[in-house]
Amino acid sequence: MKSYLPPEYLVERSEERCIRCKVCVNQCTYETHSYDAEDDVIRSKDENCINCQRCVTFCPTHAITIKKNPSSYRDNANMTPEVIKDIKKQAETGGVLLTGMGCDKPQLTYWDRLLVNASQVTNPSIDPLREPMEIRTYLGAKPDALEMELENGEIQLKTQLAPQLTLETPIMFSAMSYGAVSLNVHEALARAATRAGTYFNTGEGGLDPRLYKYGDHAIVQVASGRFGVHAKYLDTGAAVEIKIGQGAKPGIGGHLPGEKVTDDIARTRMIPIGTDALSPAPQHDIYSIEDLRQLIYALKEATDYRKPISVKIAAVHNSAAIASGIVRAGADIIAIDGIRGATGAAPKVIRDNVGIPIELAIASVDQRLREEGIRNKASIVAAGGFRSSGDIVKAIALGADAVYIATAALVAIGCTVCQKCYTGKCPWGIATSDPWISKRINPDIASERLINLLRGWSMEIKDMMGGMGINAIESLRGNRLHLRGVGLTDTELKVLGIKEAGD
Amino acid sequence: MMTVQQEKAIAEMSAKFASRSKVENNASKVDAEGLHYRELNTLLRDLDRNHTEKIEISNVYGQRYIGTGLQNKLKIDIYGTPGNDLGAFMDGPNIEVHGNAQDCTGNTMNDGQIVIHGRAGDITGYAMRGGKIFIRDDVGYRAGIHMKEYMCKKSHLVVGGTAQDFLGEYMAGGVLVVLGLLLKAGEHHKARFVGTGMHAGIIYVRGEISHLGKEVKVMDVNKTDLKTIEGLVKEYCDHFNADFDDIMSRKFVKIVPYSTRPYGRVYAY
Repeated sequence: MKSYLPPEYLVERSEERCIRCKVCVNQCTYETHSYDAEDDVIRSKDENCINCQRCVTFCPTHAITIKKNPSSYRDNANMTPEVIKDIKKQAETGGVLLTGMGCDKPQLTYWDRLLVNASQVTNPSIDPLREPMEIRTYLGAKPDALEMELENGEIQLKTQLAPQLTLETPIMFSAMSYGAVSLNVHEALARAATRAGTYFNTGEGGLDPRLYKYGDHAIVQVASGRFGVHAKYLDTGAAVEIKIGQGAKPGIGGHLPGEKVTDDIARTRMIPIGTDALSPAPQHDIYSIEDLRQLIYALKEATDYRKPISVKIAAVHNSAAIASGIVRAGADIIAIDGIRGATGAAPKVIRDNVGIPIELAIASVDQRLREEGIRNKASIVAAGGFRSSGDIVKAIALGADAVYIATAALVAIGCTVCQKCYTGKCPWGIATSDPWISKRINPDIASERLINLLRGWSMEIKDMMGGMGINAIESLRGNRLHLRGVGLTDTELKVLGIKEAGD
Repeated sequence: MMTVQQEKAIAEMSAKFASRSKVENNASKVDAEGLHYRELNTLLRDLDRNHTEKIEISNVYGQRYIGTGLQNKLKIDIYGTPGNDLGAFMDGPNIEVHGNAQDCTGNTMNDGQIVIHGRAGDITGYAMRGGKIFIRDDVGYRAGIHMKEYMCKKSHLVVGGTAQDFLGEYMAGGVLVVLGLLLKAGEHHKARFVGTGMHAGIIYVRGEISHLGKEVKVMDVNKTDLKTIEGLVKEYCDHFNADFDDIMSRKFVKIVPYSTRPYGRVYAY
């Protein structure tokens, strides 16, 4: 069938600058560029281009420019070019439209409508470059009260503390499974988390034994497919996370196609090579909060109550009530992933339409747990499209203890958010299991880039805290007086628990 | 890392319940009456660390997770009714239950054996990738769901009676055998949607089964299949004193998936 889809991007090459070095030919995994030896010229197939900017970045003479195809359909506010192209694609394939990364629609981002406070005259701001500023964060259940006794002149803690994760910065790397991303990416995340004193999350595809040495900084995930979950894996992680859902695709399962299940990935997932790895939508041992409690305590038993157990859910309409149930079920950490949370592959219609923004979910969950007097029993980790330290400060002020980042982490190591992760041909070597393309990520360089990002953001968080006159992140957590909204409705302000700017 | 207080608490708990176990004829006998599962399992882990080879637990009334977190290949005899998640994440022990089991027996089990002298509940063998489970009588819904195999590991679940709906759902490997020994003459297996979403592994059924998931087909068994079935039936007979020839005298069929990629054509790339 002839495709009616026009090329999305046009490749422009300056003949004057092009030196026929063929870097673009070798770098493109979509076979966009080819060298014609007869005419000594490089030609491009525009329809193959996904605008990942790989060739542009690596062209030594800056000869390539990728342009959005200016030829477009007649303007229409409803039948936009994206809508028209999606319909045509489905008419040509009869399938469910796949996409990668997080929701790319603008109307769901509240961060841009929240503003942070600063001290002026009435309370002094603090200079973090010269004064102590505490952003270390502990994740896990906190006791209702502390009992202490004096023993030989020393204070002894009598209260038994629940196991905690210690974060030197309130930023962790969110779940990305080995299979969705390459081993080199997993290694880069593991090494960066270890060196920066934070944690990476294995995702639901297990942990390659070569990375077990980073286990003290790993949160190991248990999802419905139970891939790679065994006693040693649980024992290796610093915490265990039960994945109920993710922001990019709430309510549905996952599916790693057989062609991505290579030798190493099969071994880590503990499934035969080349078979589809299907993660059912629900965990079939969890149909209720009571059942969730059963799995939480199964994992506590399996790890001898030494590790915090996290439960990750997608932010949905009744997240607050669900979160209350999760805390009562015994979780030490609740991770909530908002609608802009990314994915290696999800049906586009689900990514863009199902779930709620993380901002509203953090606010309503924190509020509900406080009202019920159980906020101390679990930490809240927010996830789903954090773009900057500003977003993180706002999330903590709304009530989160820490955040998970994934898109930003991948952008740090090369990702350009082209949204084609599901093809497995990632030209940046990130979302692929192809051993040849995977080599494009060098764990030495990638981990350094990640550490730099964490360092930069951590300093910015301290700067903003100092500006507010706050010197410990605990004082910022749930401190909504430091937030104001602009252009929000009364209901939105009420859900967020903040005032309008100027009020 | 375990804090000092945690270590102290565990030691205290171990000491508190030490009187519950005594050694007789090389076997540790544990009285589980009135013990919470956490107390019972702390005790079991303690015995496991001290390399006990055989444990007999009496008066078990629904305590969960028995067998979870044990490191050695010890033998555990359970008298009474263990609770849900018996042998969850288990990696080696050999458990024999002299009674019925509840839901989720052998959840994500990696290795070992569970023998139930009675019936077992829903999702028996959920996501098990190794080891063997033998159930003398019936099982509940979704038995054998997402069973797996991997390299030298292969999960085996043998059910003496019959099963409920969604038997072998999402199966990704392993061998599931349903013998139908408790069915009356002329009675068929009633399980519906058998093998829904199945994409690897084999289900062997003795007797007739009619309502299948759309991803699977029924085939006759061949010589290799019969050898597998005979081996497992032999073990079943050894565990439960059943008559091997009688069981093998009736026809078996096998249920296998059409494709290892049942959902390969769902998406538009």
